[in-house]
Order: sequence, then structure tokens, then C-alpha cells
Amino acid sequence: MNDYAGESLQLNGGYKMELVRSHVLVCGGTGCTSSGSKQIMDEFEVQLKNFDIDKEVKVIQTGCFGLCALGPIVIVYPEGSFYSMVKKEDVAEIVEQHLLKGRIVKRLLYKETVVDENNVKSLNEVDFYKKQHRVALRNCGVINPENIDEYIACDGYKALGKVLTEMTPEQVIQEVKDSGLRGRGGGGFPTGVKWDFARKSVNEQKYVLCNADEGDPGAFMDRSVLEGDPHTVIEAMAIAAYAIGANQGYIYVRAEYPIAVHRLQVAIKQAKEYGLLGKNIFDTGFDFDLEIRLGAGAFVCGEETALMTSIEGHRGEPHPRPPFPAVKGLWEKPTILNNVETYANIPVIFLNGAKEFAKLGTETSKGTKVFALGGKINNTGLVEVPMGTTLREVVYEIGGGIPNGKKFKAAQTGGPSGGCIPAELIDTPIDYDSLIKIGSMMGSGGLIVMDEDTCMVDIAKFFLEFTVDESCGKCVPCRIGTKRLLELLTKITNGTGTLEDIDEMKTLCYTIKGSALCGLGQTAPNPVLSTLRYFRQEYIEHVVDKKCRAGVCKALLTYKIDPEKCKGCTLCARNCPVGAISGKVKEVHTIDTAKCIKCGVCESNCKFGAISK
Amino acid sequence: MKSLADLEAIRNRTINKVGLRKEGTEETRIVVGMATCGIAAGARPVMQAFVEELQKRNITNAFVTQTGCIGVCRLEPIVEVYVPGQEKVTYVKMTAEKAAKVVVDHIVNGKVVEEYTIGNAE
Repeated sequence: MNDYAGESLQLNGGYKMELVRSHVLVCGGTGCTSSGSKQIMDEFEVQLKNFDIDKEVKVIQTGCFGLCALGPIVIVYPEGSFYSMVKKEDVAEIVEQHLLKGRIVKRLLYKETVVDENNVKSLNEVDFYKKQHRVALRNCGVINPENIDEYIACDGYKALGKVLTEMTPEQVIQEVKDSGLRGRGGGGFPTGVKWDFARKSVNEQKYVLCNADEGDPGAFMDRSVLEGDPHTVIEAMAIAAYAIGANQGYIYVRAEYPIAVHRLQVAIKQAKEYGLLGKNIFDTGFDFDLEIRLGAGAFVCGEETALMTSIEGHRGEPHPRPPFPAVKGLWEKPTILNNVETYANIPVIFLNGAKEFAKLGTETSKGTKVFALGGKINNTGLVEVPMGTTLREVVYEIGGGIPNGKKFKAAQTGGPSGGCIPAELIDTPIDYDSLIKIGSMMGSGGLIVMDEDTCMVDIAKFFLEFTVDESCGKCVPCRIGTKRLLELLTKITNGTGTLEDIDEMKTLCYTIKGSALCGLGQTAPNPVLSTLRYFRQEYIEHVVDKKCRAGVCKALLTYKIDPEKCKGCTLCARNCPVGAISGKVKEVHTIDTAKCIKCGVCESNCKFGAISK
Repeated sequence: MKSLADLEAIRNRTINKVGLRKEGTEETRIVVGMATCGIAAGARPVMQAFVEELQKRNITNAFVTQTGCIGVCRLEPIVEVYVPGQEKVTYVKMTAEKAAKVVVDHIVNGKVVEEYTIGNAE
């Protein structure tokens, strides 16, 4: 048997001890990788050798810690020191001071963990982590995702072992039903019920699929689970296969997630070598094999029927349901499709029991939900909170509030399929049903925060541009309807819209919702409908007053120079890319509004605050 | 791998390594003075002995960490043991052999090795 910890393993039962006293965890998630965590890891190896402590200190690459805004992140155990925004030059200092001499480098610690000169808080007491409850992300940032032994050390594959040796498929399904787990991909369909349908479909060949085609702008939950803990998905899919009576699975992941794909490949290879995938798993006669299918990054392929069409090798287009996949799915065989985060919850249900799992959350939404926090928020990153946590807690307590003291205006959940939650509803508990009630939806977990500088009409337009691009074109309501809707929105942001346009938009929205073929089209008008519902006044201002209060819609802006404040320094005139500003030295300047392209360069350059829009 | 026992075996041999990364307050801290004075006096083999001893005995509720100069350089290598809820114990003039005894007597059996403590050295 291979030893993935990479340490010398001696045969004849003698397992050679490695004298590791300290672990340096470097985040290898996508966020930190792009801010240079790979170089930092390499530098650690170099410096540890330099100080001759490379044998006793181990550097481990992990998945996402969640605080992406502060990357690259390095955690040193056993002290649990959380270093943020580490630069390559800092590594030598951490190695010499902390790892060699035992003096924590305070200057590099995440400032929230520093209490005073002599005291450092535990990470779990920091605002960002205090209210979080990591279930799906339990191993992210803790284990090395490319080392199956570490996953096993954290009770990995124990749930699969228990399921195969002690439970019948019916009991497995009942346990998932009892846990109250609902699909984390957005719809919130009860997972156990879905599995039950597939179990009851009689066929010798069935399939288990994993939807890792995460496509919402600003969402990176599934990506982080795959990058940080790929084995949990493999284990859960094997459990699902046993429950429904399948022996083949596919993970549909987008090729744009190279790190996730690589770690999945490594994980599948290791699981096969350990006999946790393949024939006769745990000597129970159960076979399960797993393959990866790469998607080319089409948003529509996240829709289940389009995803299956794509796996079959065809162009990713949806088809009408029923028949549902549980009856006729991949290659017309009974199939279940669950999202990455849904699977990540499965092993926990079997390790701790359905009752324990259901303790978190609300009456109808059990467990936790992972959110990718983005937009105008201080702690951009990945958070996992119990269902029913309010939006206020997520934005202000975990997310650290809005930068530059700006006011919270709204949050978008569910990406281009969801809707916005305005400031007056910030105390809404986040769970499936509460969000539907206020016209939004849970979605897969993108949470984009907007402040007073965000124009809600422009936001609706942004999401609609996305769906227009991503519409597969198969059905007319989506292909043409969304395009017409976008044209109407563009008219409004250009200042040529009318009040009739607003009403027409609403009618068009409902037509598309009611007649589009798949989820993409049916939900595409949601951003328009929800902004109309909560920010109608802003639409009316654009149409009637020709005004964009956030100062975003360029067509509705005019830049002016305040003659009182202008000192005639000529800075604006020299920087104007189109030569729209004229004036002599030490005399008041003027802007030719016919030439002005409203780029805002003059405003940001003026040292006297004389230019405004 | 064919049985749950195989799985458990892998789990057991890896758990110590991962256990290092779990934060807990119920853990014993063994702090080795690793300033220039400590290193010169031979603190490194002492620290390695502690790590080795803990792993050999599968002790998961204690970890080894290091600190700077404690101040009494003439008594280095100095090791401080913090057992939760008890007063700190300071061992002086440590060696690798003494380290093994401290782990067995103090960490495992809860009996302070008086003869190595700073009180006895003075």
C-alpha cells in the first residue's frame, strides 16, 4: 500500500516516526494561488533548509481558509498563528523568528487576532470565524487535499465503510431524508427524496453525477470544496451510488477550474489505489467507478438536462422535463445529479447521524450554507453559516461591513438567477423559504454586496447581459425575450426610456418566466423583477428625471467645474483624453459637454475637489 | 484496502500529524527555550527528543513549541511545561534522556520530575 503522506514507510510493521513538531499550512485555493501562495510555499522550503529545520517543520498546501481578501494566508501550527498577506520577503523572517526561535511575528498576524502586545486570540474567536459553522468546509484549510491519508485521518471514508457494511440502501436513503438535507445548488430539492426516486426506478444501469459546473458570476463555493477537500465528494458519490444502485459516476467540472480538476484527478487516483473506488469496495461486492468530464464553461450546462446532454458528448442544450433524470437521465438511464456542496454534507450525516446534522438550521432548511462573499464588503471570501443566520450577521459581523464607511444598499443572492435583498430586509434569515418569499432565492451561494454607489438598474442590466450571452438559443422566450429585455434596460440607462417601457419590461419578464424551456430562461428575469420590486423609484428617476443617483449610468451624467473652487492648475485639461476641457493657467476651466466622454479622469485628478458630476 | 480495520490503521498512523492542526485549550504545552543561548547549550536535541517521545507514545493532547530566551541562560536548555489548570513547571539543564523521563513521568503520569526543576538546581 502506498503511503501518501510521503514519509518513509517501513515494511514489517515498523512505521518510521517522523519528527515533525510544526506544520506550516499555506493556502492553495484559487484566491491565494493568484496572489502568489505557490511562490511562498517554495520560499518556505528554501528557508527551512537554510536554517536547517526542514526535517522538523512540514509545509502543507491546503484548500481555502475563507478569508480570500487577506491572501496569501499562512497558518503555523501548533500555535495556530494566522499570518495574512504574506509576501515572499516575509518568509525568511517567519522561519527565523517563529519557527526557529519561537517568536511569533506579530507584524504579519491577521490584525483581528492580535489583542495586545502579549496576547493573541484564537482564530475561532475572530469575528470572521466566530459565527461560522464549518460542515461542508470542515476539512478545507485543515488537510492537504492531495493526500488521502490526511482525509482518512479526519474520519474520511469512514462513512462509506459504515454505509457499505452496516446499512441497507433503504436505510441510507431514510437517513438522508431524516437529515432534512436539501440541494445546495439552488433549487433546494430534498436530497433523500431525489435518491428515493432513482432507487425506485428499475434499471440495471444507473448513474450518479456531480454538478461542479459552477457558473454564477462571483460564486466560488464548489470550486473551493473541490480544491480543499476533493475526497469528500468522491466518498459521498459512492454512498449515493450504493443507495440508488449505481456503479458508475461522473463529475462534471468546468475546465476553467484547473486546480480543482487537478486535485480531483489526484484524489480519484489515490482512492482507486486504496481500493475505495473500483471493484468490491470494502469486500462487500459493491463496485463503483468515477470519471471526470470537463465542461467548456457554458452557464447553461449547470442546468441538469443540459449537463447530461453535454456528458453524452452533444452540444449542451436542455430538454423539457418530465421525464425527470431520476427516471430517464444520462443515456436515458435513471440518474441522480447533486451539487458539490450537497455531497460535501453527506459523509457528515453518516458520521454524526441525521439528528445531529438537523440540529443546525431552521425548521425547513437544515444544516449550513456556504456563501462566496463578494462585492462591496471588507472580508471578501468564503463563509459557512447555519441556515437562518440573518443577512445582517453575514454582512456586518462576518463580512466586516462595507468599505469606506459607505451605506449598505442591497445584496444579490443566487447570482443572475436570483434577486436582490434591499437594506430594509437585511434582518431576513437566510434560508430557502424566506428568500423565495422576498422574491430572491438561495441559489448556489454567491452573495454580492452593493453599496450606495451601485445603480440598481445597472446591476439588473449587468446580470441580464450575462444571461443574454449565456442563453443557449434553443427556445425563443430565452433567446429573443432576454435580448429584448436587455434593450429596454439599455434604453432606460441611456436616458431614453419611458414609463411604458417599465411596464412592458414587467410583462416581458413574466412571459419569459412562464414559457422558457429551462431554469436559465425561467430565472433570467429575476434580477429585473426584484430590482423593480424594491427599487422602482430608481427606474422612474432614470426615466423621468434623467438622473442616476449612484452616478453610474454615464449617459445621465454631466461633469461640471465649480468656478469657486477651480484654481486653474490645468491638471484636468492635461489629463482629459479627448481634449474636452479648456482654460488658461490660473483661470477657471470649463468642460465641453459635447466632447466629454464621462470617463471621470478629471474628477479623480482634481486636487481641489472642484469637479463633480 | 479491504476492511474497515485497514481504514482505521491508516487513520491511526496519520492522526497525530493532522491532530497538530486542531486548536484546543485542553492541551499541554511543552515550551523549549530556543534562543541563541538555548541552542548553544543543546536545546535542539532536547526538542527533538520531546517530539519523538510524544509521537512514540501516541500522545495527542500535548505539543512541543519553542520560545526565546527565558533569562537564566546559565541553566539552559530550559523547558517549560504548561498543563492546563496547573502551575507551570520549569525544567533546567535538560538533555534528551531527561526529556524522555519528563514525558513519561510528567506528561503521561502527571508526576512532576522534581530533580530536574529549577527549584532543585539552585
